[in-house]
Amino acid sequence: MTAANPPAGVPDPDFHERLTALAEKRMAAGEVYGEAAADPVNLPMIRHWAAAMGDANPLHTDAEAAAAGVHGEIVAPPAMIQVWTMPGLAGPAGRPESAGSPIDDVLAALDAAGYTGVVATNCEQTYDRYLRLGERPVPATRLTGLSGPKRTALGEGYFVTWNVTWYSEGERVAEMLFRVLKFHPGERKTTPDTRQPYPLGPAVNDDTAFFWEGVARGELRIQRCADCGELRHPPGPVCPSCRSAGRTYVVASGEGEVYSYVVHHNPPIPGWETPFAVAVVQLPEGVRIVGAVVDCAPAEVGIGMPLRVTYRQKDDNLILPLWVPRET
Amino acid sequence: MRTLTEDEVQVGVALPELVIDLTPTTVVSTALATMDFTPVHHDPASARAQGSKDVFLNILTTMGLVERYVTDWAGPEALIRGINVKLGVPAYAGDRLTFTGTVVGRENGEFTVEVRGRVSLGDHASGTVRVALPDR
Repeated sequence: MTAANPPAGVPDPDFHERLTALAEKRMAAGEVYGEAAADPVNLPMIRHWAAAMGDANPLHTDAEAAAAGVHGEIVAPPAMIQVWTMPGLAGPAGRPESAGSPIDDVLAALDAAGYTGVVATNCEQTYDRYLRLGERPVPATRLTGLSGPKRTALGEGYFVTWNVTWYSEGERVAEMLFRVLKFHPGERKTTPDTRQPYPLGPAVNDDTAFFWEGVARGELRIQRCADCGELRHPPGPVCPSCRSAGRTYVVASGEGEVYSYVVHHNPPIPGWETPFAVAVVQLPEGVRIVGAVVDCAPAEVGIGMPLRVTYRQKDDNLILPLWVPRET
Repeated sequence: MRTLTEDEVQVGVALPELVIDLTPTTVVSTALATMDFTPVHHDPASARAQGSKDVFLNILTTMGLVERYVTDWAGPEALIRGINVKLGVPAYAGDRLTFTGTVVGRENGEFTVEVRGRVSLGDHASGTVRVALPDR
């Protein structure tokens, strides 16, 4: 792993190196065995699981059907593998198999450095065989990856990956890869009441400043060639028709209609709740402009929909021109 | 309940949709049935305190529902060999989880089924399930 720049907002400049060294040591240590399942694989827990999941497969709960089936006896649903070795109420809830495992101190180091947020990103399970009643699987955990710091929609963070292998009666029965993102939650919008800086501010330069000054005054300004009079958007330094660098602007009526649009679901965009619609808006003045359509469900947006511009304060300094449905 | 056989399944076939209304009871009962007592899966106040809008499904349940989705379609004798899930937006109580799937591959006696579980916020889980079917 190569050394990267120390993550922003972390007071300890050596943190990344220390974390990397710790992770490498834990990865080199390999598999660490945990406690065997507290209860052997049993019918009551399978029955509860199947009822809660709505799983009607009789080979998991009905002895007669199971005896006649491919397994010859009742077997546990394979996706229950992790359930058997969960710590339960007595253990550290929410961090299964981790007690005393090689991932504990890596996660703790991230917590201590301010990366207190956690979100799971991947869960991959492979089943060698189904478990029978009475078996007591034993988990073994190994740290297999650390990458970061990376900028994510939730904030800056590290991805931590570990593998758990379950053994029973001396053989491997299942394996799981699990990956979490540990992130700085401070960079995330926490409540709607606190106004955080909008993370996707526009690049304002000599060509575009007039547009943003207009937005701040509630005007939708369209650049106009000072020589031939052609309108153009987005703004630029030279008229594409007559090559003149002379420019001025007109104030648009603020009306338009959907020329085309997309509904954005993924990835998450800071400052926005998905899904949301982004339209190419045809203005009666002749140019098209891109903007989000708000105050209406994305499913209601359609080509030709009449729109009216609106101005929304995104943070203390930024107002964005957005579009809302217009009554005709 | 009959199990599909290898020759009854073609690559490209779509699985029937499965819609699950995520009641608070669904979220809580599955969390407890998977032995996950983390408060965000059963205590709305605790979930809100950490920035979530309500209690939400735990990952062990997501894995279980993906398994159920595929075995509901394939039948009881189908053997699930593996489930790979990329986790997306939370599946909150009050939302609706809709599974869709397509058979995308067949290799060494195993079928690969691509599965998506969507909620109102977007994809909650997307990935693949490997499943072996009886040959006849």
